Amino acid sequence: MNKEILLFVNDREQKIVTDPQRTLLEVLREDLKLTGTNFGCNEGLCGACTVLIDGEPNHSCMVRIGEVEYKWITTIEGLAKGEKLHPVQQAFLDEEAFQCGYCTPGMILNAVALLQKYPNPTDEQIIEWMNGNICRCNGYPKIISAIRRAVKLIKEDK
Amino acid sequence: MTNKQNPDTQQNVIGRSVPRVDAPHKATGKALYTADMKLPGMLYGKLLRSPVPHARILNIDVSKASSLPGVKDVIIGKDTPGIKYGNWRLFPQTQDEFPLAMEKVRFIGDEVAAVAAIDPDIAEEAVGLIRVDYEELPAVFSVDEALAPGAPLIHDEIEELEGNISIDRNIDVGDLEAAFARADLVLDDTFTLHAVSHAYLEPCAVLAQPDTEDRLTLWTSTQTPYIVQCLLASTLGLPENHVRVIKPHVGGGFGGKMELRPWDFCAAFMARRTGRPVKFVLSRTEELATGRRRHAIKIRSKVGFKKDGTLVAKDFEAYLDGGAYNSMGPTATFLCGNFGAMLYRYPAYRYRGYHVYTNNPPAGAMRGFGAPQAMYVSETQMNIAAKELDIDPIDLRLKNAMVTGDAIEGVTKISSAGFVESLQKVAEMSGWKEKHAAMPPNKGMGIGCYSFISGGVFNWFNTPYHFSACEVRAYDDGTVHLLTMASDIGQGSDTILRQILAQSLGISVENIRITSADTTMTPKADLGTWGSRVTLMNGNAILDAARKIKENLAQIVSLKFNLNVIHEIAFADGRVFAKLKPERGISFAEAVAMWVTANRGRELTVRGYYTPRDKGLTTPAYSFGAQVAEIAVDPDTGIVTVEKITTAHDCGTVINPMAVEGQLEGSIQMGLGYVLSEKFVMRDGKTLNTTFLDYKIPSAEDMPQIESCAIETYEPEGPYGAKEAGEGLAIPTAPAVAHAVFEATGYRCKELPITPEKILRATGKLME
Ligand code: FES
Ligand code: FES
Repeated sequence: MNKEILLFVNDREQKIVTDPQRTLLEVLREDLKLTGTNFGCNEGLCGACTVLIDGEPNHSCMVRIGEVEYKWITTIEGLAKGEKLHPVQQAFLDEEAFQCGYCTPGMILNAVALLQKYPNPTDEQIIEWMNGNICRCNGYPKIISAIRRAVKLIKEDK
Repeated sequence: MTNKQNPDTQQNVIGRSVPRVDAPHKATGKALYTADMKLPGMLYGKLLRSPVPHARILNIDVSKASSLPGVKDVIIGKDTPGIKYGNWRLFPQTQDEFPLAMEKVRFIGDEVAAVAAIDPDIAEEAVGLIRVDYEELPAVFSVDEALAPGAPLIHDEIEELEGNISIDRNIDVGDLEAAFARADLVLDDTFTLHAVSHAYLEPCAVLAQPDTEDRLTLWTSTQTPYIVQCLLASTLGLPENHVRVIKPHVGGGFGGKMELRPWDFCAAFMARRTGRPVKFVLSRTEELATGRRRHAIKIRSKVGFKKDGTLVAKDFEAYLDGGAYNSMGPTATFLCGNFGAMLYRYPAYRYRGYHVYTNNPPAGAMRGFGAPQAMYVSETQMNIAAKELDIDPIDLRLKNAMVTGDAIEGVTKISSAGFVESLQKVAEMSGWKEKHAAMPPNKGMGIGCYSFISGGVFNWFNTPYHFSACEVRAYDDGTVHLLTMASDIGQGSDTILRQILAQSLGISVENIRITSADTTMTPKADLGTWGSRVTLMNGNAILDAARKIKENLAQIVSLKFNLNVIHEIAFADGRVFAKLKPERGISFAEAVAMWVTANRGRELTVRGYYTPRDKGLTTPAYSFGAQVAEIAVDPDTGIVTVEKITTAHDCGTVINPMAVEGQLEGSIQMGLGYVLSEKFVMRDGKTLNTTFLDYKIPSAEDMPQIESCAIETYEPEGPYGAKEAGEGLAIPTAPAVAHAVFEATGYRCKELPITPEKILRATGKLME
């Protein structure tokens, strides 16, 4: 049974009439055409579909659209402010923290959430936090260094 | 044929970490992968797969599925032209796959039918409504079963075959018996290497659009657009030119996306039948349960040494579990034999390789296909021998290491080798001599080495065209357009190839636009991304094109400045000038503009080609390297922690250091998975672990500290001296870690992967 659901995606109000059982991932990609959020498993095991819900990282493949009524969703498309990239995006570019780039949107959003919670994370904190996100290409070291660089960029920004 | 060193240019684009062209799109979510694409009226496809490993199809009833509202098409094998395909076109009897099963199914997951519907859920439901009657046949799930007398024939329809061996490969060098007679130590071991998944993060996807005039466009997640184009055209019964294949961004491949696949065919076929675009997106479960995988291989290796460590002979026998179809198995069978003889000098070598059909899901090409398995065995035996002979493992390797100019008679020649230097460097960087001798309890240090090809020379695809080709267009605004079918699947070739062209023309990378991997835009042909061929082969095609551009422009500049023939014309810093009189020159843009005028309005467009000729049977160039692993084992749990990996490797000239580092780090991750955590759990041909929960890929916490050093050699056949850096690096981690585990525990792994259980059994902590 369809239902009207109101939510905020990348700072914009969205009214969607849909089956509340559908996943947030599907609605983002199919209905809102935000295809930057990728999927590697559709079962909560790879992190490629990570988005922020009220600032918290979530696997959007495991979240029903009905659960996020009135919530604030941030996807990879909503991170940059105009032309200016988010410092985590910039750091991923500077460190070349990806190859195929398929894991990248999920990695970046999870890293954004990490740095909101721990502005000065230790290496252990970074690794523990990022552990659910799989990258098959890059083997992680560049992702970890990108997060370290982002810490600096965020400070310089302030 | 091409100018390799390019002494003209002062600028240095080669050796610089030029950022990837596509990086900003990837960091902002704009990069389009196949599954992201949508077209008006698009239908969604799903596949019905066989639930049984070996059976004759008696009847298929699609009536219920077809009449489900929303279903637009249902197809089975009988609806299709029924044309077999396979990558090894040179030997048609190896082309053993139908897009959809015809008479028989041969593994659990074999594609039987396909549905196209207005949404994916309806398509899924319709698949569930198709009824298939199978007459089950006896099935075999291992090489031993497949080769046993009376074993069921998996491909009884191929007349040339007598049993289940689909292809074999022999290598005979020197007098084996006589050589073994001289040996003081002979090792004779049997190893079991297991299958693993590519686990590229992007599941396969395809979108087919019927065109006007009976033509077709296909966007597909592939490493090899040209191969897909040719094989799709032949299975559809169309001229090649009527099929356009475009590669969007690809989320990793590692060898797993280099063939025509059933969903490519079904999307195309149903798109033509319905007149609507059709898309397929595979699920992770489909990928893990039925997707291509690395070959499980049983290898028996007998190797002989003199007391002083000199290798005298090797007898290498490999049985590859190919699963139900050949896929890239024949190549893996060849490479396994080739790499059994690599790294060291074997005065006598014998290889017997057999690619065997079983009713397991088919294996295919995966990062190094055949080589990781062969070198796991060779490297482990080197470590066993070092122990037996009481020689340091690195010294034993140094004593036998291949050097530039070495050859395997009748097989291959080594045109550059930095192996000795890699061994010396890795020993120094890791502090091998001091540390290895004095490891604390439950800690170990081990070594593993590798070599790999920079593209293959054997024309199994039977292409009539050059192996690599490109087009270069130079414009009067100083920009250049490079068109090539080389496929960037994340490794960064779009960037590396621009670097090679920029260096060669003396212009900046930013002035080069690239269009790649679209069969209607780019010249025929390029065999695509596999076998670490792109940098060397496409790089050489680019140098060929650049040479032609430069010849044209040099003429113009000579005329303008009245330079006589002895003047060399240089291309650097965006200028074209007399090398010894740099003031006599003009900008690259001006030179092109003058050329266009002088040629009455023609465009300055050239094509460059490369085909390796007279380069033996294997490859124009080999990479080499050595890696040291340091590990700790928890004696109570048997859990291995890899603490540090040190690598010294020779990939020739490093074109882009950042890209090479990325390859190394990714390779270590994949190598760790191979040796420690990844394994398919199989029961009677069925893959039981089909999610990332129980198919365990290394994650961030599994990564060791990484140190590396590139030993730069100059490969005469490579563009600017470069050779491969993408696959070979995935090889040494497994033997290095296994050696370290032995040093720490006394457990010598001859059956991958290493598990805590195996360690505890070996150390007596766990009883049978
Ligand atoms: S797609 Fe959501 S976690 Fe993998
Ligand atoms: S960059 Fe390919 S999966 Fe991470």
